[in-house]
Amino acid sequence: MNKQVAIIGAGIAGLEAASILDSMGFKVTLVEKAEHTGGHIQNWHQLFPDRRNATEVAQGIISKPLANVSTEFNREVTSIQPFAEKFIISAKDGWVFNADAVLITTGFELFDAKRKEEYGYGIYDHVITSAELETLFKKENGVTLRIGRTPSRIGLVHCVGSRDEKIGNIFCSKVCCVTAVKQAIELKELYPECEIYCLYMDLRMSGRHYEELYKQAQEEYSIQFIRGRLSEAAEDKSGKIIVKVEDTLLGRPLKMTMDMLVLMTGMVASAQTASICSSAGIQKDSDGFFKASDPHLYGNITGIPGIFLAGTCSGPKTISDTLSDARSAALAVQSYLSAEANN
Amino acid sequence: MKIEGKKLIWKEYQKEIATDDYFYARSCIRQNFFPGSEKAFTRILKDELGKNLYDSQHHTSCTGIGYHTDVVPFETTMTVVARQFSLMQEAGYSNYIASCITSFGLYTEIIETWKHFPETLEKTREYLFKATGREFSIPNNLAHASDIIYKFRNEIAAKAKFRLVDKETGCPLKVVEHIGCHYSKMFPHKGVGGAEFPYVLTGMIEAWGGEVVDYPERRHCCGFGFRQYAIQANRGFSISCSRKKFESMAPYEPDMIITNCPGCPMFLDRWQYALSEMEGQTYGKNGNGIPVFTYEEVAGLVLGYDPWDLGLQVHQVPAEPLLDKIGIPYNPENKFKGANGEDLGQPDAPNFLKFYKE
Amino acid sequence: MNEKKLAFGYTVSKDRQIDFDEASLELYNKVCAAEPSIRLCISCGTCAATCSAAKFSDFSLRKLILQVRRGITKGLQAEVSKCMLCGKCQLACPRGVSTRALIMQINMNLQKTGK
Repeated sequence: MNKQVAIIGAGIAGLEAASILDSMGFKVTLVEKAEHTGGHIQNWHQLFPDRRNATEVAQGIISKPLANVSTEFNREVTSIQPFAEKFIISAKDGWVFNADAVLITTGFELFDAKRKEEYGYGIYDHVITSAELETLFKKENGVTLRIGRTPSRIGLVHCVGSRDEKIGNIFCSKVCCVTAVKQAIELKELYPECEIYCLYMDLRMSGRHYEELYKQAQEEYSIQFIRGRLSEAAEDKSGKIIVKVEDTLLGRPLKMTMDMLVLMTGMVASAQTASICSSAGIQKDSDGFFKASDPHLYGNITGIPGIFLAGTCSGPKTISDTLSDARSAALAVQSYLSAEANN
Repeated sequence: MKIEGKKLIWKEYQKEIATDDYFYARSCIRQNFFPGSEKAFTRILKDELGKNLYDSQHHTSCTGIGYHTDVVPFETTMTVVARQFSLMQEAGYSNYIASCITSFGLYTEIIETWKHFPETLEKTREYLFKATGREFSIPNNLAHASDIIYKFRNEIAAKAKFRLVDKETGCPLKVVEHIGCHYSKMFPHKGVGGAEFPYVLTGMIEAWGGEVVDYPERRHCCGFGFRQYAIQANRGFSISCSRKKFESMAPYEPDMIITNCPGCPMFLDRWQYALSEMEGQTYGKNGNGIPVFTYEEVAGLVLGYDPWDLGLQVHQVPAEPLLDKIGIPYNPENKFKGANGEDLGQPDAPNFLKFYKE
Repeated sequence: MNEKKLAFGYTVSKDRQIDFDEASLELYNKVCAAEPSIRLCISCGTCAATCSAAKFSDFSLRKLILQVRRGITKGLQAEVSKCMLCGKCQLACPRGVSTRALIMQINMNLQKTGK
């Protein structure tokens, strides 16, 4: 008899794990809160560091065979309760489901940039988020449409909602620095005459080929980098954005006027993390994401046997890291269910 | 600029403000800086709004200036504040209003301290009892006086004889608002509208017909700050801060500035005179400055109080151009007469800033 | 100057803020055209750490490059003249900035404009 696996969240981690567990012969049910699969990647235009078309990558994941996988849409899971070696999964709409093992792939949410009140997102017309910029990239000339003219200066603000204890997030979101560099290049390609500035605290080019992208941004695209964190943004009479920052390498405060300001919003734990943790009896880490029982040796395993983690639900990850994590989680699920079957 | 975005923030920073029965603590310096303001406040609350307000003769300074300049230790400050609360309790009140922003910030800070460190509260009780034989209770509701005017802004608007509107064109006046740092920068949730986009003064301006000017250096320091002005050698910082704001707001041609702190109106007003003398620069039209007001003065003007009863003659930047623009009548002959009609003499005219004498 | 102006015992302080909207990037653009490797500088300070002149003066190539990037040209001529042109920085630079050529370009352009 086939064991039933429930995967909570049909983003790229959930889909990747589903396809592998499916090929292993398990009955898999994907439970998705939205009305489509794919998650955040659907909104992205190009991926770092090679600027691969995001839709292509999403298609590559979505098109993997899912023979015995069923998907439940519009089901926002709020609790997972262990019961007699099974798990009872309940959604907000009252839907209830039983499974032999649960893989949590609830992913992340983008930091709500409105919470950085001093940057004026939601108030100033030309302050947007990195995610919105991706959407604009997807539409031709979207950026021009937004500000009504060809921009002559654009600023990208790193670490919005990340490395900021004032708003309660001490952690680094890992992907925003390289995303800023990638988006700066894309903007420069759209507007070769536009000056582009990245305002950063540290440039964390930690992944493979990131540093090369950074060098390319400087050398071929003349992107300028100013080390300093924005203290505030204001709007001038013409609706342009004035930013205040310290050029920390020169040791002097600096102000400059931008046509558009892009906030590199970080990742935060998804809203249902807390209720899932308390219902399932698994741990939430100090950063708000799910906690693995042993982050070094068993990154996919929670404190409750039969409940597993994959992807950004256990902390910020890149797409490639998320996919690797999902594959490793599938193996962990298989190993657990095989041992169960032998008992 | 999207007003809806600001409204979302304003919704998040609302505070409870008591509706009646207030114990009022005055400011040490406001009666010198803006002598009609506190009187206007008590008049508005008692005569216009019919509120019960207890104006205590026995309270002292909150020690805020001493505390912030490291002269008075925190334990002493807490004990002095505890005595004020004891006076409130003795008079049978539990809603405390501070006229001063520094006091409001300090009371907030002390109440928060007591909340987080109950042993400190116990110590304060002990000190107060040893020193005075008094006991005290913490106010049920603590508000700054501008919170109260904000709460009743629509009632004041309903009784208004004048609106913040150009009588010739019918257009709303352009108003700059500036809140005191200790109103909400230390505890954003204790101020109406929070710290980045405060609403307390904006709400009054909107209710009384004006239009708020949001200029780039809105959040910059007004030029007050104890360390900046207390020592003459540091006053260059103070005046430079004010100057930065004037330079930034001038292109918007504001008709007036409204403030809710003892220090902001003092420095935004007086430094306009000093800058005019030092640099020959004025920031209004035709050699005028940008007149600066306390919110009580503006409430009083809106309600039709005589400008000289409100103390506008002690402003260094003359208020006359604004009074003319709104159409508020005033008698130039009475500008420099005392309350008893006695002639107090006229000051010398500044060299650059346009001055209005009899 | 109006002779009526008063002195109160304090003066308006000079604004230290770099007003980037007023900055002229003319020098940077010229240097950039002649020596594009200036773009590669990541302000790591290896140049200044190894610099023989920096041991005996406050010369810093890292800072000099930043000033050119921000359009700050005041006092730059004096700064450049502290360099001994030994080229040690070029050996040390991890980004392959052609430091010596860069300094020559900055110097040449400053002399041309007389700043």
